[in-house]
Amino acid sequence: MNPLRSVRQFSANIGYVVDLFLQVCLRLNHVWKRRVLITEHLYVSGVKVVHVVLLVGFFMGMVVSLQTGLELSRIGQQDQIGTIVAVSMTREMGPFITATIIAATVGSSLAAEIGTMAVSDELAALEVLSIDAKSFLVVPRMVTVAIICPLLTVICDPIGIFGGAFVAQAQLNVGLQLYFDSAIDALQTPGAFFPFPKDVYGGLFKSFVFGLLIASISCSAGMRTTGGALGVGNATRQAVRDSIIAIIISNYFMTWFLYQR
Amino acid sequence: MKHQGTQGPASGAESVIRFEDVTKRFGEKAVLDKLSLEVVRGETLCIMGPSGTGKSVTLRHIIGLMKPDSGSIFVGGHEMSTIKPDDLRDLRRRMGYLFQDGALINWLSVGDNIALPLRETTDLTEAEILDRVNAKLELVKLDGAFDKFPNEISGGMRKRVGLARALITDPEIVLYDEPNSGLDPETSQGVDRLIRELANTLDITSVVVTHLVSCIRVVADRVLLLEAGNTVVDCSPEDFISSSHPRVKRFLGKDPD
Ligand SMILES: Nc1ncnc2c1ncn2[C@@H]1O[C@H](COP(=O)(O)OP(=O)(O)O)[C@@H](O)[C@H]1O
Ligand SMILES: [Mg+2]
Repeated sequence: MNPLRSVRQFSANIGYVVDLFLQVCLRLNHVWKRRVLITEHLYVSGVKVVHVVLLVGFFMGMVVSLQTGLELSRIGQQDQIGTIVAVSMTREMGPFITATIIAATVGSSLAAEIGTMAVSDELAALEVLSIDAKSFLVVPRMVTVAIICPLLTVICDPIGIFGGAFVAQAQLNVGLQLYFDSAIDALQTPGAFFPFPKDVYGGLFKSFVFGLLIASISCSAGMRTTGGALGVGNATRQAVRDSIIAIIISNYFMTWFLYQR
Repeated sequence: MKHQGTQGPASGAESVIRFEDVTKRFGEKAVLDKLSLEVVRGETLCIMGPSGTGKSVTLRHIIGLMKPDSGSIFVGGHEMSTIKPDDLRDLRRRMGYLFQDGALINWLSVGDNIALPLRETTDLTEAEILDRVNAKLELVKLDGAFDKFPNEISGGMRKRVGLARALITDPEIVLYDEPNSGLDPETSQGVDRLIRELANTLDITSVVVTHLVSCIRVVADRVLLLEAGNTVVDCSPEDFISSSHPRVKRFLGKDPD
């Protein structure tokens, strides 16, 4: 493939996503009008993903606990295990895993849903009927994902910490009391902006941004779908791929912004 | 009846839709190639032609879903390439479009689909909206289907729901993309009569894309055969059916002699 062409394609994609995001921002006053749709989406995309987040979060906590616990016990520092699991879950793992799960489940279905509407002339029908597709389709979906991403992270973080506790007690012989004391201790540092633990709201801020990225990328992939069922498949693949890339890259910059000095 | 002879609509009548040398390309292929046509107020133009000759593309140009590469299109006095967004919205409110496959929003019920344009773009109360929706459902003989979902009804029913939605704003110009395809002969005839009736009683200007001679017999004031992006013949339905033009005879499935 012509490299120049793919560079142009790439920047056109980004341009479209940014444009869609800004257009939705201009329509934020439609949120109240769309509250019924938003509630429906919250149910469909939130409730149906909770169990995945619970399962993956629990095992992620176990993995972190076991992996670092084994190293820490070699140098006799296994008392610190609670600290490490708590900090890595709230800062990184919770927001990242939750966002990845949402990109793969909710994001892909957003792209497929809107993409199917595009190839079956439903978007054209909306345009002909002078109905604003961005307000009707994208606003509710973007608001929904921006809400459920932090919301599910709030569930994922403690579940991961519990998963870590389980491994700490069963496999590393660290008492639950000690584990939770050090975990809670680790999350006490207040932030510069809010009187909450910085690690918690920093993580939730990241989640919120991930949610906006997933929704903007997936909706714009859907809106630009052409070429029948094959096109819907491509749009879905592109949505998940680009969302995950965007999550990882933006994660680095947000971490830098939140924790530098 | 106002059947004209060959070549174009009656002179002097107000032209509602006019194409002037419209060309549209997809890649290398010119789907519309310097196409010119005109539809006057109250007239029903039928467009026939083999699949893939740009009939749907022509309709999409009329309602501004596509823009021509060259040439100009006038609808209701507006030039469609330079029309302002507000004017386009007003113009579209006066137009109805029946999509080839109905294009119903698949997660809304039949009733909500038809009500959607009223809910989104008017200040009517819910009671008024339901009245109008039920009236249109009755018009397309689907009373009782209000709560069904698009995937629970047949293709023919979807098409009629699409028709009801296209008519919900009582448009002056209606574009029908294959209103008969997928319908049984009886329902198909009903739709033809409905199109004729709307045109007669409400003075609607219509463009109907169709494959069926039975349809043009009932609805057409004028028939246009499109091929390779241009008009082959443009005449009254009687002349079209009895035409001795070899291309028309072949299209109608009669052997050219
Ligand atoms: N959005 C599009 N992009 C590319 N090609 C298109 C598009 N729409 C239509 N075409 C092409 O234009 C030609 C005419 O299409 P269409 O108007 O749908 O045919 P029909 O006369 O059967 O309605 C077809 O060859 C189709 O492939
Ligand atoms: Mg067609």
